[in-house]
Amino acid sequence: MSAGAIAGAAAAPTAQAQPSAGPAPGVAPAAAAPAPAGYEFLKPAEAAFVEAVANHMIPADELTPGGVDLGVALYVDRALAGGWGKGERLYVQGPWAQGTANQGYQLALTPAELYRAGVAQSNAYCRKTWGRSFDRLSDNQKEDFLQGLSRGQVALPGGLPAAAFFDIVYQTVMEGMFADPIYGGNRGKAAWKMIGFPGVMANNAANARAYRDGRRLQAKPLSIADMS
Amino acid sequence: MARRLPAVDIVIVGMGWTGGIAARELGPTGLKICVLERGGPRSTEEDFSIPTIRDELRFAQRHDLMADTAKDTVTVRNTLAETALPMRRLGSFLPGEGVGGAGVHWNGTTWRWGDNDLKVRSRTEAAHGRGFIPKDMPLRDWGVSYAELEPYYDRFEYVAGVSGKAGNLQGKIQPDGNPFEAPRARDYPLPPLVESYGAAKFAKVASEMGYHPFLRPAANASKPYVNPDGARLGQCQYCGFCERFGCESNAKGSPHITVIPTALKNPNVELRTWSWVQKVMLDKAGKKATGVAYVNVLTGEELEQPADLVLLCAYGLSNVHLMLLSGIGRPYDPLTGRGVVGSHYAYQGGAGMQLFFEGESFNPFIATGGGGTLIDDFHLDPHFDRGPLGYIGGYTVAVGSPSGRPISYRPTPPGTPRWGSEWKRSTAKWYQSTLSIGASGAVMPNRGNYLDLDPTYRNRFGQPLMRMTFDFKDNDVRLGRHAAEVCGAIGKAMKPSILGQPAFRTNWSVVPYQSTHNTGGAIMGAEPGTSAVNTWLQSWDVTNVFVLGASAFPHNSAYNPTGPVAALAFRTAGAIRDRYLKRPGMLT
Repeated sequence: MSAGAIAGAAAAPTAQAQPSAGPAPGVAPAAAAPAPAGYEFLKPAEAAFVEAVANHMIPADELTPGGVDLGVALYVDRALAGGWGKGERLYVQGPWAQGTANQGYQLALTPAELYRAGVAQSNAYCRKTWGRSFDRLSDNQKEDFLQGLSRGQVALPGGLPAAAFFDIVYQTVMEGMFADPIYGGNRGKAAWKMIGFPGVMANNAANARAYRDGRRLQAKPLSIADMS
Repeated sequence: MARRLPAVDIVIVGMGWTGGIAARELGPTGLKICVLERGGPRSTEEDFSIPTIRDELRFAQRHDLMADTAKDTVTVRNTLAETALPMRRLGSFLPGEGVGGAGVHWNGTTWRWGDNDLKVRSRTEAAHGRGFIPKDMPLRDWGVSYAELEPYYDRFEYVAGVSGKAGNLQGKIQPDGNPFEAPRARDYPLPPLVESYGAAKFAKVASEMGYHPFLRPAANASKPYVNPDGARLGQCQYCGFCERFGCESNAKGSPHITVIPTALKNPNVELRTWSWVQKVMLDKAGKKATGVAYVNVLTGEELEQPADLVLLCAYGLSNVHLMLLSGIGRPYDPLTGRGVVGSHYAYQGGAGMQLFFEGESFNPFIATGGGGTLIDDFHLDPHFDRGPLGYIGGYTVAVGSPSGRPISYRPTPPGTPRWGSEWKRSTAKWYQSTLSIGASGAVMPNRGNYLDLDPTYRNRFGQPLMRMTFDFKDNDVRLGRHAAEVCGAIGKAMKPSILGQPAFRTNWSVVPYQSTHNTGGAIMGAEPGTSAVNTWLQSWDVTNVFVLGASAFPHNSAYNPTGPVAALAFRTAGAIRDRYLKRPGMLT
């Protein structure tokens, strides 16, 4: 079933409307090749964790392929390997203190370091609790763990604040799903098709006048690669 | 040892709206003017072209056009009792960096603040008595009137290409405009932007409830436009990539396509980018500025730029930081209430809610930056009685442009899971069918909200960071609660399938984005001792330093600040050109 059909209105044009597992199918000829496979930052156990989280949060269903096939794990890897992951634009001078929630992020860790520590501690917690690493848990166990992590109720064994780790995991999974495909996720623009986001709109002024009646704008989504 | 450069007549710190306006107004004097911008150069062609500019991750999430907190940031805390900690990445507000400053990534909303704001103290006393003003609220009149500012508001609207509809032309109320606005000499240069389906839905119900909706004025050009300086603006394309982005169509009134190129046509105006000013240099008595000290960021070299006149035109917070670092004016002490520099720091509050309309499509990605439909009945309406509500100030209520960019905009009804198939179905179902009502609320000054130098943390250049002590106080919370009630009542009357819960803030967090409307810290006023600058934005203490920007605001309104920021800049630059340069000294 095409992604467009689910959104409650007519399907997106068929040439691009068949997200499924595997390398981006049915991509318009103008589109760039998907990011090369293979991880730049994630170590094997980290890759297994990120892939498991991506597929759990974004299960394959009638709307999109699963998180890994959507390119979300690849996105996370590239984000952590790049400038942002290494702490670009992050003020990293001490002294360090926990502070209040209102004072925001106060860990002495770059996003990549936080991820690395968080995966290791999460797997240690899961092994202690359920006898296996996160990626090998049942769906219900994964759900329990992620819920606990998101509420800060999981006491990670190394003392890393659970909510801080969850926040970065959730943020990057959502970015990987919905960012422009140029970053390796949102493969085939499947997430944009799921919601009906048209992507790179160059000229929308005529639409602003035409769609003042509650009708849905149906547009084949365009990515940066499509326009380059 | 810093290298001393040949002297110039005027040095301007910062090349955004205020620096650009000052350079544009003073350029024709022929005086040697040097503008120092801490960030890099910018052009629409190189920096904002399609498709690269349509990148939500890079520009909206990673703040590509904005200040880099790794270089310089502020420390934050809610109260004096806490230890301030660095804002380690941007969140609550997004100052700019580079040529054009925040004027590049703003959304264009342009207001004229009227006497309800400029005379807030005297009007409050007249309406409710002195006792109505809380003891810890150092409320001030600004020392200028709307009538004095009107020509400069007009000037800015025509320079920036503002789209809107007059509500009051020379005292005559106009249909479809804001009926509560103060008289204007002429209409906006451009007709209003197209009203979206969702905004029209809000307008209909608000009208039925007796309110007075109108289209919000915005520097997003509804038609191609040539400003009085010959700058060409294209037509807004409703692309949904406005705030946090630069405009490839030059449809957003921005300094880098208007006042800055106009100023740089004067061969006596020189722009030096990558020039990070560290302080204003003072003479031995501390009464006269001798120039500024800065670092060439590209080489690391420390330089001194002597000048007869110094204009601080950085982001408002950075202006205050530079004054504190330079020792201009007496720093504010919250324990004694003495001193002025750093006092009256304010922010913006308000309320918001989401409405879910099953089966309807709002096409949230067809969006301008500043456009939308708004009511001013709880802000400007002279009959709005704050007495029973017990707060000072007001708020606007609007349906604006959600922009529909999906990393950040994925509304789902309350109770929806945050991931999984159910979350996906809900996200797919409601992306098109959600409307947000937002209230933007005033924040009044409080003795405990202020800026000073942090005792611990330092920036990339070894200078102390500025420390921000701020929280929403009782007045702000009462206002927010009332705004949430009104949003909720309008939302309910719009009869959505699912009514979200109206929310307002009771305390301030640096984490979620709220508003880049930071005001105060170097406030203007008619009296020395209770203000840092006079009504010409001239330092009371060092008269050859002027401080332009929202740092001069004695409180924050419900309105967005760029209108009065620009109007005051035009007025100050005109006073410098016509009076100060002829007879340097305190302007009266």
